[in-house]
Amino acid sequence: MRFMTIVKTRETGARPSPALIAKIGKLGAEAAQQGKMVGMGGLLPTATGARARLANGKITVTDGPFAEAKEVIGGYAIYEVASKKEAIEWTRRFLEAHVGLWDQELEVEVRQMMDAPEAGC
Amino acid sequence: MPPKQAAEAIDAVWRIESARLIAGLARIVGDVGLAEDLAQDALVAALEQWPASGVPDNPGAWLMATAKHRAIDQLRRRKMQDTKHEHLGRELSERQVSPEEDLAEALDDQVGDDLLSLIFTACHPVLTTEARVALTLRLLGGLTTEEIARAFLVPKATIQQRIVRAKRTLAAARVPFELPRGAQLAERLESVLEVIYLVFNEGYSATAGEDWVRPGLCEDALRLGRILAELAPAEPEVHGLVALMEIQASRIRARVGPGGEPILLLDQDRGKWDHLLISRGLAALERAERSGGGGTYGPYALQAAIAACHARAHTADETDWTRIVALYDALAQLVPSPVVELNRAVALGMAFGPAAGLELVDSLTADPALAGYHLLPSVRGDLLAKLGRFEEARAEFARAASLTQNSRERELLHKKREAL
Repeated sequence: MRFMTIVKTRETGARPSPALIAKIGKLGAEAAQQGKMVGMGGLLPTATGARARLANGKITVTDGPFAEAKEVIGGYAIYEVASKKEAIEWTRRFLEAHVGLWDQELEVEVRQMMDAPEAGC
Repeated sequence: MPPKQAAEAIDAVWRIESARLIAGLARIVGDVGLAEDLAQDALVAALEQWPASGVPDNPGAWLMATAKHRAIDQLRRRKMQDTKHEHLGRELSERQVSPEEDLAEALDDQVGDDLLSLIFTACHPVLTTEARVALTLRLLGGLTTEEIARAFLVPKATIQQRIVRAKRTLAAARVPFELPRGAQLAERLESVLEVIYLVFNEGYSATAGEDWVRPGLCEDALRLGRILAELAPAEPEVHGLVALMEIQASRIRARVGPGGEPILLLDQDRGKWDHLLISRGLAALERAERSGGGGTYGPYALQAAIAACHARAHTADETDWTRIVALYDALAQLVPSPVVELNRAVALGMAFGPAAGLELVDSLTADPALAGYHLLPSVRGDLLAKLGRFEEARAEFARAASLTQNSRERELLHKKREAL
């Protein structure tokens, strides 16, 4: 089963410390070593991005930063695991790595990807 | 924690930790069978305690510490005298249960080598191929006996017995828990790759049963391959095998129709291919090339390169058949086999016309190795049909249908015959 975990946080400009980066890196390596991490990535600040919106049949595009947003997506990972519980366990470990090293609130959405599981690898 | 939730959480932890746990224990006790028993004991303890206490912060270290306690208990109870257990007692008392963090650190340093040793042990040549497959899935893949039995469509007792016997064989042959070195390494690695690819193929084109593909097995093989690639990154053929499996797996969704019927490569809806797997496969192929010093491909990398030709083509018409023929030429030189020749004939037929393909196939019909192989008449039928020799083609499809063990494939062949 393939899951995408989407990390959401406030955009405060705070940068992760080298210690935090090292810890997350180690966890990612561990998941990769078990063949369960199939992709991951961090996102640059919203200032470098844009939003495109469809509303009432009209498309509008707004450049970042998304100043009004309460939380933005900071990164994602794609796991291939045996169960939702296992995806949650990896996510729990990811959050645990932040304890004491990151004082912003974090939320991770754990979502099963539609096309992969039952139908194929 | 409610029991059901706890059990699920423990299952998740087990899938993450079991291989490392068994590998670490096997290094200490020098016996994978005993290591697995100890790991299982720790799992039972977790099932007893975690529902009340909650999952510990470092579940891996908890399981390891518990397994070691069990080992000490067992020792005391049984007062074992043979050297293996003396050694075990020594190791355990030297590294008496330290604070969990330290233990985790100590294990981390060696975890890669331990896992690799575990793979090599599970795929040891003293074991039958069937035993290697079962033991690898069980110890490295974290599959239960039931899951393995279901995957291979055999009774649970058969797998159970196979695993018990395999462990006994390893113990009786005094197979050391270590990494093979030097010239041995290449030979042993070959066995590991063979086992992984066998698991993959059993999932990819099931030799028996109702379903043409069993994706769960592909997923397990792919995971094993990726683990191996992380553990042995300098081995080009490891990356070659991973590349081959990733690219083949990318087509799984496209190669079965709505009714479960097989859809062949050139008829597949390429929009259904899994592009994440394709890009991972192409990246692995590049790694195979780089770690191999560039230019020279091993047999797995060559097959991956062939699969990559298909993966890169946006439509079937765009396929670079000339390059595929060249790659099959190289493969035929490296690992000559009638099956490779048969595939080369298909490529030849696509690149230079059906007559060229048929000429090669006809030279293979007398080969005893292909006597019962359903794909020979199937390929011959295709080529004959393209040349307008429908009567002969129909006979070949009928023969192919009578030879295949897979019911879905049989239907497909009958359909082809009727369509002519």
